[in-house]
Amino acid sequence: MADEVILLDFWASMFGIRVRIALAEKGVKYEYKEQDLFNKSPLLLRMNPVHKKIPVLIHNGKSVCESSIIVQYIDEVWKDKAPLLPYDPYQRAQARFWVDFIDKKMYDTSRKTWATKGEEQEAAKKEFIEVLKTLEGELGDKPFFGGDNFGYVDLCLIPYYCWFYSYETFGKFSVEAECPKFIAWVKRCLQRETVAKALPDEKKVFEFVSVLREKIRVE
Amino acid sequence: MSKGEVVLLDCWASPFCLRAKIALAEKGVEYEARAENLFGGKSDLLLKSNPIYKKVPVLLHDGKPLCESTIIVNYIDETWPSPPLLPSCAYERAKARFWSDFIDKKVFDAVCNIWKSKGEVPETAKNEFIEILKQLEGALGEKDFFGGDSLGFVDVIAIPLTCWFYAVEKFGGFKVENECPKFSAWMNKCMQRETVARILPDPEKVYEFVITLRNMFGIE
Repeated sequence: MADEVILLDFWASMFGIRVRIALAEKGVKYEYKEQDLFNKSPLLLRMNPVHKKIPVLIHNGKSVCESSIIVQYIDEVWKDKAPLLPYDPYQRAQARFWVDFIDKKMYDTSRKTWATKGEEQEAAKKEFIEVLKTLEGELGDKPFFGGDNFGYVDLCLIPYYCWFYSYETFGKFSVEAECPKFIAWVKRCLQRETVAKALPDEKKVFEFVSVLREKIRVE
Repeated sequence: MSKGEVVLLDCWASPFCLRAKIALAEKGVEYEARAENLFGGKSDLLLKSNPIYKKVPVLLHDGKPLCESTIIVNYIDETWPSPPLLPSCAYERAKARFWSDFIDKKVFDAVCNIWKSKGEVPETAKNEFIEILKQLEGALGEKDFFGGDSLGFVDVIAIPLTCWFYAVEKFGGFKVENECPKFSAWMNKCMQRETVARILPDPEKVYEFVITLRNMFGIE
């Protein structure tokens, strides 16, 4: 019996990209359904009534919500290929800790680098770089957060990269200048076909962010 | 059953520490709880074990630190598999993680919005708190526990927060039993479990602790 897998998603969402990479890593065929976040579909509202957000994975009619939960689900269901989480419980807990850290810190801080101005923006830039430096510390000398192999933490973090051009342009700073180790890690991830294919063009993201800034009247 | 040395860096009133304690008790794991003085000066061990957040709980298993209560409970469940807290089916596990995440995102903030209010608690804060409990009632459905017939992962994540509800009721001027009877019934079922009844602190004591916090923050 073939699995029916549907992904409700938005092309520029770093959370949706996580799920796309995970499905690609596992070689899972799925139907991608682009959502209009300013006019949410009845399907989205029915499948995620609590948060009304994407991504939502619908597997044989049953919905799974919250990107890090979806990725763990994918890893558990399609367990015969490309393991994402470590096998050892302690390493698994560490991986979950860092994805939780990324979830707590990256979005709000990075958003402020383009959605605010003046002092608030300067503070956000500092905090954002601090977050990346903390992640560099955790990476250490490993090629990936997962060690020798691309894993759960790498997968959950790399989607933010397609937004960096927007952060850097609106925030007037360079991530590579401040965090070269981080960018070296990015480049290693981008060599992976599943990652390269899943990340949208950073210039397209920039156009989208420009529209968002107008909508929220930043200038 | 022994599987190494287990230490918990703890604060008696923290619902997050209580989660770890209940999980360890459910698994029959012996551990040493070390009380941290969160206002007088955190221990070197805490600062070294949790340099990112400097918060309790921290579980030290054979000296290796684990932080963030939900992650700690997950680790306890995987390391001491019996009796299981998470379901064996991947979909049910994802649902349990979803509701655990919902509780983490919503409940404690809503609790704090009420006890941190200066003067009278705004209706919005009360309504938001009750709305959240009603959503959890929806997730519970007709089951005795979120875990089904017995205490499960979501129950362990949720029940410790309820020892702060007495304080919330006093400040907010309402009763959870009246507003959310199903949720209240679930609370009572959990309290019938020996581990939960033994480990959760007296809500009156928590209420006094909250009053101390309010004084510290200068809230009248």
